[in-house]
Amino acid sequence: MGRPVTDAMLLAAALRDPAGFTETFSPSPFRAFGAPSLSHREREGAREAKPSGKGEGDNPNPWTTLLAMARAEQLLGTLAIRLDGQPMPAAAARILADARISIAGQRRAALWEAEAARRALAGVGCPIVLLKGTAFAAAGLRAGEGRSIGDLDILVPRGALDAVEAALLAAGWEWVKPDPYDDAYYRRWMHELPPLIHRDRDRMIDVHHTILPLTARITPDAGALIADSVALPSGLRVLAPNDMIVHAAAHLFADGDLAGGMRNLWDIHCLLEEFGAAGLAGRARHHGLWPAVARAARLAHALYGTAIPDDWRPRAALDPLYRRRLAARDGWGRPTRPLLRQAFYLRSHWLRMPPAMLARHLWTKWRKGHRPT
Amino acid sequence: MRHVFQVRIGPVGFRVGSDWRAPVARLEDLYAAYPRPEDGIPDFTVRLFAARPWRRWLRPSVTLGGDFVLPEAAPLPLSQGLLAAEMAMNLQMALGQRRYLLLHASTVERDGRALLMTGLSGAGKSTLAALLAARGWRLMGDEFALVDPETGRVHAFPRLVSLKNGAIPIVRAALPDARFGPLIAGTPKGDIRHLVPDAAAIARMDQPAEPALILFPRFGFAPARRPLGPSEVFVRLTQASTNYVALGERGFDALTRLVREVPARAIDYPDAEAAIAEVEALWAGL
Repeated sequence: MGRPVTDAMLLAAALRDPAGFTETFSPSPFRAFGAPSLSHREREGAREAKPSGKGEGDNPNPWTTLLAMARAEQLLGTLAIRLDGQPMPAAAARILADARISIAGQRRAALWEAEAARRALAGVGCPIVLLKGTAFAAAGLRAGEGRSIGDLDILVPRGALDAVEAALLAAGWEWVKPDPYDDAYYRRWMHELPPLIHRDRDRMIDVHHTILPLTARITPDAGALIADSVALPSGLRVLAPNDMIVHAAAHLFADGDLAGGMRNLWDIHCLLEEFGAAGLAGRARHHGLWPAVARAARLAHALYGTAIPDDWRPRAALDPLYRRRLAARDGWGRPTRPLLRQAFYLRSHWLRMPPAMLARHLWTKWRKGHRPT
Repeated sequence: MRHVFQVRIGPVGFRVGSDWRAPVARLEDLYAAYPRPEDGIPDFTVRLFAARPWRRWLRPSVTLGGDFVLPEAAPLPLSQGLLAAEMAMNLQMALGQRRYLLLHASTVERDGRALLMTGLSGAGKSTLAALLAARGWRLMGDEFALVDPETGRVHAFPRLVSLKNGAIPIVRAALPDARFGPLIAGTPKGDIRHLVPDAAAIARMDQPAEPALILFPRFGFAPARRPLGPSEVFVRLTQASTNYVALGERGFDALTRLVREVPARAIDYPDAEAAIAEVEALWAGL
């Protein structure tokens, strides 16, 4: 018997098996007949967090813990969709109903922002590929259901970058990076323009020309990403299904420090469930991203029960470390495991650039007061 | 977290976690008459913590955290821990509330009808609400009016009334038997002292009211009264709302309904007495 679950694996369990979770933690006359499918550890972990009676002390209701974790991981809307219709305390139901309304508004704003970009860039005449949350919403994918969407991310051919930048500036977008070091860094080494923000709508756009920084050791085939993208009725495009999964995995494991990883992994879970894995390994190898995709599939399987091919399952030695980093969140929504977080932060930079450059970069950022969170 | 306090204010449940006992003890004392969050599940979480471990003891300073945070919010000294908790709770509402349209306004009620008073900081919203409460009005809140987009009614949010500087002695004189929190001197907004809402305000906080009058008071001017056109009221209230944009169409519908159905006046006043007289006169003429 392991230790009880006290981290965001509780959130993973609720997303994976909503009926099992509510079965365990909602007052229900039928509970005796149900066979909760949460593991013993998950059940005991959340039970341990049950209120002592007065509802005081650092002994919160498991629903409080779940909601705080979901909020901190930007998964409250997703959780609201997953738990819709399940029995639960009225207060929890109300918070999730609010989240559904809030997410519907975010979705409308995100799609409108994509349309605004389409209009601004119509004269450039290049393909415009939506990425991440906006793409999932625009294409009506399951990964978009309840998903929080912040910035607008688009992919355009590198050759069109100057024209795209000029068209956006002419249509009311403005630079947000006041720091010349950051600006120069983006332009020379990154896979995207420095972020732009629209002066009236206050929304940010990230214009990518590939999906990994130019300094990374892996060079995905950006031409193929655009060539094989799929047109939507609006004329905007989204990546082909396998490329969507490759991009999500690249974003999670070959680039970032796993911040917000629970949500990104949920994207991957939904994409794999909706599209399956046919041809995925070959496509991932073509982009040089098979290790990232395989790891994403294994971890999605571990956290969310994603169906993946049997021969993808054997675990790599470091997987448990990734799991611990992904779930490093407590019932107050606080980040936990600072050393592990720090290690993944350093790793993300290690992957992103060669050592000498990395040292120079981290030193510059440190002097400017940047600290990992 | 080390110390925890939970409370329900109107329809909103809060959980406050703190690295220190003092702010929680203060909250327990001043909010003693309030209920706990419904089902033990708060809507929002607030965290008061030391940004660096030694800041728990060495010149202890309280960093504000929670479900929703402003990155630039400056830490407060531990002696202002109560203020930190109140600010952090307000911040959760301002940034996270999506059920109700929030108006930065104080609200009092009489005969089931609500008077909303909104204006810039220093306009006298809190002071007027407290003084009207002293004259038998029910205090619904001094910070946020919660407009229900479904019904158009205003829900009470009677948190501690935050009185500043010159308002403190005036309200103390008007409410000699009321409970007050400690004087918090030297805050970014000067001296602050919290008034505990009276028993009626707490007992009836689940009863919403029909909005009947919107006032835009302005302190420090010769007495004047000015009717406002609906377009001006609408624009002023969009500025007074923290979540109008986030609510999208629901926010627009709720606000246009409010502006269409409820009369509005701007009043200038030189002192509290003149303001109260003006409010009572306007209310009687409705």
